[in-house]
Amino acid sequence: MSMPLYASPEQLMRERSELARKGIARGRSVVVLKYRGGVLFVAENPSPTLHKVSEIYDRIGFAAVGRYSEFESLRRGGIRHVDLQGYQYDRRDVSARALANVYAQTLSTIFTEQLKPYEVEICVAQVGANADADELYRLTYDGSIVDEPQFVVMGGQTDAINTKLKETFSDGMELSDAVRVAAEAFRPSASSGSGTNGGSSSSSAQEGEPSKLEVAVLERERPGRKFRRITGAALDALLPARTEAADSSDSGSEGDGNPEGDGKSDG
Amino acid sequence: MEQIPRNSGFALPSAYLSSTTSSFADFLRAEAPDLLPSKRSAGMGTSGGDLDAPHGTTIVASTFNGGVLIAGDRRATSGNLIATRDMDKVYVTDAYSAVGIAGTAGIALELVRLYTVELAHYEKIEGVSLSLDGKSNKLATMVRGNLDAAMAGLAVVPLFVGYDIEASDPKRAGRIVSFDVTGGRYEENAGFHAIGSGSVFAKSAMKKLYDPDADQDGAVRAAIESLYDAADDDTATGGPDIARKIYPSVVTITAEHGAVQLPTEETSAVAEAVVADRAAQQDWRS
Repeated sequence: MSMPLYASPEQLMRERSELARKGIARGRSVVVLKYRGGVLFVAENPSPTLHKVSEIYDRIGFAAVGRYSEFESLRRGGIRHVDLQGYQYDRRDVSARALANVYAQTLSTIFTEQLKPYEVEICVAQVGANADADELYRLTYDGSIVDEPQFVVMGGQTDAINTKLKETFSDGMELSDAVRVAAEAFRPSASSGSGTNGGSSSSSAQEGEPSKLEVAVLERERPGRKFRRITGAALDALLPARTEAADSSDSGSEGDGNPEGDGKSDG
Repeated sequence: MEQIPRNSGFALPSAYLSSTTSSFADFLRAEAPDLLPSKRSAGMGTSGGDLDAPHGTTIVASTFNGGVLIAGDRRATSGNLIATRDMDKVYVTDAYSAVGIAGTAGIALELVRLYTVELAHYEKIEGVSLSLDGKSNKLATMVRGNLDAAMAGLAVVPLFVGYDIEASDPKRAGRIVSFDVTGGRYEENAGFHAIGSGSVFAKSAMKKLYDPDADQDGAVRAAIESLYDAADDDTATGGPDIARKIYPSVVTITAEHGAVQLPTEETSAVAEAVVADRAAQQDWRS
């Protein structure tokens, strides 16, 4: 009875892709964009503790969408890898490009060799000495890697957000403008119309009130570790339009271990 | 054991992706044990004492109103010779902690480097930093790991200071923890402590100069004065070297600014004032 079914490699890959793509499209979105002072991460994330955006190394940040357990293990693996590299050689020898390569190899191995591919899409970003040296890498579930010049959109309604960002994004924005542009892009508008792909049923919850945002930056001017989360009052100050969402301030001052972490809003 | 991947053209091994530990040292032990400081001592025998490896000398720490500081002289000695004149023996290890080192310099530097990575690693993986007691316990474990080398004469003794951001009284949140070579961990409740070859003299000076209600400037002055006294009587401790512009290094930790290495302009001003005052005392005597 139990005869192994034959499936062509093409069909196998197609089915795996479909599985991964569906899983990713169900989730909320993340936007990573360059601004004058570095790189900005904005994620739709109802949880104040289960982060989608995280620090990897001095100049490197990480953002992900999809299945939490899967991108969390990638995040841990990345931190272990770069800390080992930095300990073995020097902190300057750790680069986002090398890390992105490692992630690409990892994702592609998992995609081809394991029964179920990772339902994740990740972005590795690095802030450089000047705006031209900032790097954004987008990695998909099958290990494809793309070097993005301006911004990365991942997750659920990427088409609508992409279209909007293409209109509003400009090089060399200030932090407050960049946060506003990103927050606006998340807001479903009439002009985007049927731009939602796949998970149209989930968008009803996001209609009207904006969802909670997780915001972090890689600040060029910051000494040492460049990654900083923007939470509580500092975030509210950057999002003037969201006055009704004052209850989000209960996420408060989050311990990212930096003494001047939450005080300043501009770098 | 799997070969550790050392370039960028590989996929992360499954051990990297697991969630078994948040500790970098534990991870190294499993994946790259040759990089751990303690592993090297295995084949060292018992003759390490004859090596004459450079030794770090005096470190002092004291609490003050609203924080804690740690200061060290800059000399490393090798036998009766000066190995380095301008070595830094006080290190900021994370936003609210710092470590000063005495003993075999090479091992001590490696220990501090690993410890710094360890704290940041935990913080990145877990999203929160370790508690102050967690940090000092971790350091105790790492000192204990060096016990074999210590038996062979290559002892390392750190002095840990930290500011406890969860403390109920922010004025008394600065804490000092000392260690012995076996990994024993001792909270210094007196408010000051010193380690290293000149510690006897530094501690005696501190005993007279220490004022728990002093502000940061007062505490820096007392620390540098006690280092001067240590250098006065201990040949292995370097005093302020005005000709070469080498002054003691000082790290202060407060709630507001976190752990900060004082700039040379500040330490030089204090050190020069201390030297001038001592010179004035000589004038008065003659």
